[in-house]
Amino acid sequence: MKMELIQPFINAADAVLAQGLQSPMSVGNLSMEEEAYRRKGMAALIWITGDIEGRIIFDLDPETAVRVASKFAGADLPESDELIRETVFELANQVIGNAVTSLNDQGFHFRVHPPVLHTSDHGPKSSEDTEALVICFETGSGHVFMNIALRYSHTHKPERAAAV
Amino acid sequence: MEQFVPVKRSKDGQPVRYLVVDDSVFARKNLARMIETFGGQLAGEAGDGMTAISEYDRINPDIVLMDITMPQMEGIEAAEKIVQKHPEARVVMVSSVGYQENIVAALQRGARHFVQKPVKPEVLYEVIKYVMGEDGTVVNSAGAGV
Repeated sequence: MKMELIQPFINAADAVLAQGLQSPMSVGNLSMEEEAYRRKGMAALIWITGDIEGRIIFDLDPETAVRVASKFAGADLPESDELIRETVFELANQVIGNAVTSLNDQGFHFRVHPPVLHTSDHGPKSSEDTEALVICFETGSGHVFMNIALRYSHTHKPERAAAV
Repeated sequence: MEQFVPVKRSKDGQPVRYLVVDDSVFARKNLARMIETFGGQLAGEAGDGMTAISEYDRINPDIVLMDITMPQMEGIEAAEKIVQKHPEARVVMVSSVGYQENIVAALQRGARHFVQKPVKPEVLYEVIKYVMGEDGTVVNSAGAGV
């Protein structure tokens, strides 16, 4: 997978998490996932279509989601399925929105589909041209996993991005 | 969360009234909390553009904080419809998708400003003061305008 596709998502996650949690974070374990994705907790799946296509999964265990939500809100929040789902979805929206902004400014055009709850224990298996990269962000509130499987679409012309 | 010097309405010294539009309850709650720290009042909420239009008609807020990507009707279209009907409306777009085409489209269709998520309270506070202009007054603890 091309690193130039991944880097904006890492940068965006870094910015969103560091600001929302008001504490430093680091990129922990980073691995290519050849087998089907194994869900860790509450996961949001977002599809991207256009010059770049594929999917991103945001995954937090419930305890981490509650701690993250409380940090973002600036107050302790009671655990509920709704709160956990909202937290994972909003986190995914903000990170992907920021990454998309960066990629769009580089000349890529695509559509980000609304997040959907990823409920199965195993995600779609990656293929030869869309290997999945799993990134673990280590934060003071727990581990946040981002699973990215993206590729240039067959219609994408690389010179278009370079020309902008 | 940091407290800011309250921004009040110049005409009557009352808190600025906000309509917050976002399909995420989590995002709405976070914005509501920020509004509180600005000395403002949450007058209404909406989870999509269609509801935002009817809520605007109903509560006539001083400022609308509007997300872009939402179900049923997106924020830019809702902002346009609100401003067409109420040219005085102050709509601030608040979205994580902050690329130039989006910002230009929002401003061309009537939004007054654009704030990218994650929202920094100090940035939103400055935008609120700017958008309120002479209709807003920053009031210090002694009650005097700054």
